[in-house]
Amino acid sequence: MGEEHYRRSRRQLPPELEDARCRIQAIAKGHGLDFFDTVFEMCDYDEINMIASYGGFPTRYPHWRWGMEYLQMQKGYEYGLQKIYEMVINTNPAYAYLLDNNAFVDQKLVMAHVFGHVDFFKNNAWFAHTNRKMLDQVANHAAKVRRIIDAVGETATESWLDTCLSIDNLVDPYRDHIKRTRALDDEPPPPGSHKLPARSYMESYINPPDYVKRQEREAVARAERAKTFPEAPVRDVLGFVLEHGRMLRWQADILSIVRDEAYYFAPQAQTKIMNEGWASYWHTKLMTEQILEDAEVIDYCDHHSGTVAMRPGQLNPYKIGLELYRDIHKRWDRGQFGKDWIECDDAVAKRDWSRPTNLGKDKIFEVRRTHNDVTFLDTYLTEEFCRRVGLFTYEFDKKSGEYLVDSREFADIKQKLLFMVSNHGQPRVFVSDGNHANRGELELTHEYEGVDIQLDWASHTLGNLARVWGRPVHLRTRIESKDAVLHHDGEHFTYEGPKPAAGRK
Amino acid sequence: MILNIENDLNRFRQIVKGRVRKDLKRYMSSGEIIGKQGDKFVSIPLPEINIPRLRYGKNQTGGVGQGDADEGDKVDGAEESAGQAGDSPGDHLLEAEISIEELAEILGEELHLPRIEPRGKKNITATRDKYTGIARVGPQSLRHQKRTFREALKREISAGTYNSAAPVLVPRKEDVRYRSWNSKADPQSAAAILYVMDVSGSMGREQKEIVRLEAFWIDTWLRANYKHIETRFIIHDAVAREVDRETFFRTRESGGTLISSAYMQVDSLITEFYPPDEWNIYLFQFSDGDNWSAADTRTCIDLLKNRLLKSVNLFCYGQVESEYGSGQFFNDLRGDFGSDERVVLSKIPDREAIMGSIKDFLGKGR
Repeated sequence: MGEEHYRRSRRQLPPELEDARCRIQAIAKGHGLDFFDTVFEMCDYDEINMIASYGGFPTRYPHWRWGMEYLQMQKGYEYGLQKIYEMVINTNPAYAYLLDNNAFVDQKLVMAHVFGHVDFFKNNAWFAHTNRKMLDQVANHAAKVRRIIDAVGETATESWLDTCLSIDNLVDPYRDHIKRTRALDDEPPPPGSHKLPARSYMESYINPPDYVKRQEREAVARAERAKTFPEAPVRDVLGFVLEHGRMLRWQADILSIVRDEAYYFAPQAQTKIMNEGWASYWHTKLMTEQILEDAEVIDYCDHHSGTVAMRPGQLNPYKIGLELYRDIHKRWDRGQFGKDWIECDDAVAKRDWSRPTNLGKDKIFEVRRTHNDVTFLDTYLTEEFCRRVGLFTYEFDKKSGEYLVDSREFADIKQKLLFMVSNHGQPRVFVSDGNHANRGELELTHEYEGVDIQLDWASHTLGNLARVWGRPVHLRTRIESKDAVLHHDGEHFTYEGPKPAAGRK
Repeated sequence: MILNIENDLNRFRQIVKGRVRKDLKRYMSSGEIIGKQGDKFVSIPLPEINIPRLRYGKNQTGGVGQGDADEGDKVDGAEESAGQAGDSPGDHLLEAEISIEELAEILGEELHLPRIEPRGKKNITATRDKYTGIARVGPQSLRHQKRTFREALKREISAGTYNSAAPVLVPRKEDVRYRSWNSKADPQSAAAILYVMDVSGSMGREQKEIVRLEAFWIDTWLRANYKHIETRFIIHDAVAREVDRETFFRTRESGGTLISSAYMQVDSLITEFYPPDEWNIYLFQFSDGDNWSAADTRTCIDLLKNRLLKSVNLFCYGQVESEYGSGQFFNDLRGDFGSDERVVLSKIPDREAIMGSIKDFLGKGR
């Protein structure tokens, strides 16, 4: 029902916008953008707010947090604090929404921007495994949740949904791209099975004793590992508890719905800078080179600069992404890459570097196909770039209670940026033991990176995880760089470790 | 398109209400919602309604910014950034709005407050305009076609020019009729709330804050019970004067205390503005219980007995505790009016007691 219902309920573009759409689509195609069919629809402000609060899918399952987000967005709009310009969802065909009281030039800007996004959705490798019929799936999920509500009641369903949503960020964004587990034998192979057949006088050459010994040791270790559960640490905590946790059928259904939707949205969080940068790159290029009428230039500039404005101390993904693509384009046009470039120490030579190769355009298309935010920044963020754009890192100063500029060193900036984008700036946690203390308890380990987990939130989250798992759960982490373990048995939270700094619950 | 967000929105509102209900006592004693009071809504901070997730502590991560600040400079607006600037809703405090009526409803249910049975003759009337009338003049947009043609028909018939075989009616200027409004009177019960507070030197900041909180909840409840409410504020030390709400909660004087001065002021207000047969009058007095002399206390009690209590629905005396106050006035009042059902006496030693004293004050249903 999803897509059909969806299509019937919206408004088509008026003729002048339809003309503009055809033209922009042709121009975008001409530049090599390759996108799904894109359906544009007109919405008024209430509608676009509503769609946005459902994460782009108006047919989502009933839950209070959509209402909460809607209320916040509405308030932001009423007070003139924020305004959604565009909204596009990753499906095939893609759906995009235009705000009906936007000016004509804004609509054109948004369309050009949207074609950039859809091209990105279609071609970026990290989106390869997303469900392009998500509209239908989301509607099916909603139907299922409604059936569950009919069966077990609204309160039970809602509180279980809240529980599941509380752990919905414990997913493995690389799940579809890496095979993490291999089946292991839990019996070590008999001694001597690592030896190759050899005549006695060749024995020490073909089967060197220390090599054979090492092989045997590793085989034993592998077999030992196979007896642990899970065999290797599991990043997909949600998947692990879904498979092994103790819950009722309907509860598992809801958990798997939450997990499916979390995985659908994961690539968007993984490629925020790249995706927005790409769309901004193309809207500026298309608008300024081909689409703009003379009379629209001022308005366009005004709105574009609003989109890419950096407030002091804030990182705008549109701006950083856009600037990086431009930088890459320029560098690969001028041949500023490869061994010679990297090994060149001469700042003047670097500045005046010119070995025209005109590979810029090919390069940015390649980048948009293969990278995510982490690899993108890791590979293409350069010292020159940081200096030119004027980036700095800041830290919270406990004494003054304010954020202070910390460093302008390239290495610091890069590290901080990578920290912010990896795992979407959230703690990385994996299942380290699914049968902790041989009591069927779940032990998670946090990969500590110098930043503490917020304890009051963690205690509630662990409580929810314990409810899903059906047995007590533990989280190994570090607080103020000292080992700490958080326990929750579904009823009570306990904590072992250094006393956390004052000011936190 | 139907906005199917309505259901989710209503559910969220229910959750907010439930949360307020649960934490009512905290909200009543903390005052965090009072600063956010609008005409029809109050805004309530709800930090813990969000879905908890594993995340880094708020001030832990720092971030990357852009600009030309030097090392050690302060960063503006860094709190909201954290890598996701642009379009994601930041980690801000959630505030939900709740209407005064809803808040009063929760208050009433939680404290088991009885609905107030208004007295008085409902002489206060509000007028409402309804477009039920007809006029000869008006804007074209309100032209009443049927009436206009009826008038034209009347005229033609009486002039004998109407031909029923070929019924052509051309309204003339004098035939045209317009819709127009009639004013309808709506009788309403009205209430006046008179607040009296001792602002002598012995009343400290904390005492005033308690009074402010009390007044907020009293207002909320009475507003939900009466369509028309007027509030007046009287402060007194050795002399009394009427002030506005702002001044009422801010003023601190240093003089002595003559409670009778305030009572006289109240009396003259009632005589001048609020005839008791038309108004439901509520008199709330807050003091630390110190009066200048026993003689003045006598005057006060006489005033109450012979004048004020005859006019008011309810006289509530709330005694806050201060370091300096003796609290004697409470005992004096109890001696004379302990069994009078028009009088409620309540002690409010600290913020925790606000909820109880509100219940005392409003629990009578008068």
